Amino acid sequence: MTDRSAAAPASGKLLERLLDGEPAALAKAITLVENAGAQAAQVLAGIQSRLGHALVIGVTGPPGAGKSTLVSALVGELRRRGKSLGILAVDPSSPLSGGAILGDRIRMAEHACDPEVFVRSLATRGHVGGLSSAAARVVDLMDAAGKDVVIVETVGAGQSDVEVAQLVDVTVVVCAPGLGDEIQAIKAGILEIADVLVVNKADLPNAERTMAQLEGMLSLRDPGAAGVPVIATTATEGRGVAELSDAVEARAEALGGSVRAARTLAQIRLQIADSAAELLRRRLNDSDDEGLHALCRSVQRGELDLENAARRYLSDYLVNKA
Amino acid sequence: MSDSTKSISPPPRVLVTKIGLDGHDRGSRIVAAYLRDAGMEVIYTAPWQKIEAVVKLAVEEDVDVIGVSSLATDHLLLPDLMAALGEAGFGHVKVVAGGIIPDGDEAELLRAGVSRVFHPGSPREDIVATVGDLATQARAACANG
Ligand SMILES: Nc1nc2c(ncn2[C@@H]2O[C@H](COP(=O)(O)OP(=O)(O)O)[C@@H](O)[C@H]2O)c(=O)[nH]1
Ligand SMILES: [Mg+2]
Repeated sequence: MTDRSAAAPASGKLLERLLDGEPAALAKAITLVENAGAQAAQVLAGIQSRLGHALVIGVTGPPGAGKSTLVSALVGELRRRGKSLGILAVDPSSPLSGGAILGDRIRMAEHACDPEVFVRSLATRGHVGGLSSAAARVVDLMDAAGKDVVIVETVGAGQSDVEVAQLVDVTVVVCAPGLGDEIQAIKAGILEIADVLVVNKADLPNAERTMAQLEGMLSLRDPGAAGVPVIATTATEGRGVAELSDAVEARAEALGGSVRAARTLAQIRLQIADSAAELLRRRLNDSDDEGLHALCRSVQRGELDLENAARRYLSDYLVNKA
Repeated sequence: MSDSTKSISPPPRVLVTKIGLDGHDRGSRIVAAYLRDAGMEVIYTAPWQKIEAVVKLAVEEDVDVIGVSSLATDHLLLPDLMAALGEAGFGHVKVVAGGIIPDGDEAELLRAGVSRVFHPGSPREDIVATVGDLATQARAACANG
């Protein structure tokens, strides 16, 4: 068949091509990082000095609120403003099969052939360090590939969004009338992480009531919430999208540079812990050690509990062989 | 390997799409659900994709297999897709077609490099097993460069 060499470069070359912004290299690097592949560490080390260019926007909210449609409209607006974009669309994996249907691109068809718009779909899978650590690395790769703006779409599901909020510069929380989810969203705490609030589907009859509800909720939030703008959009028609772009850019301006650059030592420590857990999990899963198979069988026979199996693995097999 | 305690590698990534002008997507929805239930990650698109868009998508999502559904004559565009994938350096990606595809056309598609053609009524197990095997082959071909 055809020449495959372009698709399987060594990691050094991959890094070079990634930093040049080559889409195929960015895609392969994301796969490496997502699967915590052997070359992933090298690539991640290689991009560290090239981070901090991109403005990173998180878009979250309940399913069906119109997040993907709004992201597509926002992409259109930012393209008109001359920006290149990376989009990371996160959807849940099925807890039963581990599979997923990743359908956010359905709403982004408008940009299907635009080389300045790179879209990647990510399933939540069983990322050990949590979804946020996998997503953080993908965002870094898009940043290093030279994207001006990176947008991360996640389903508003509570804790994981709060974590994702820590890896973006500006968090946009999207609600819509008629989902019956407005109040639930608040319960899950996602209102607290909003830098900008959007009521999408402003064309629907109850939009004004939803706006009023959210503004009421916001006023109950801490004083810091005072500056959180509430914007009405109709994503399907592009209405309110320029205003949203302005609000996001104003917010980014107010922050003065990348928030992500200002990670605290405590956050970095947690990220190291996540990475270590991921490495350990991989190592354990890939190991062909007979002693490890024996440990698994002991647990299966009920001779050993999980906690002690883990401790024994750490002391017998990891420390001694590291 | 039956007593192995290891779990399987990262899930196959499969693009399920429609090219050309036909907009019926019932079949592709069903297949997408089959593959998801078999533990695969399915990237699902709107119908009416241009070849150029399918290639961009396959590259960005780094898929192993592309499944194209065709109920009209859209499958006749598949040789163009195969050529475009090769040009993009993604010739390792496997392509399957499903839907109403006459025998004469099937032979032509296979000659153009399409891995498999599924006809209406293809059993779920066949689709799932074939796509899984092709994903494994695609990864091996990619890794061996
Ligand atoms: N009426 C109306 N429908 C919208 C609007 N934005 C999105 N939708 C529809 O809402 C549904 C869900 O949109 P989607 O973007 O997939 O939502 P997500 O799950 O939050 O990503 C789709 O049918 C969209 O066409 C809007 O502004 N007004
Ligand atoms: Mg979506």
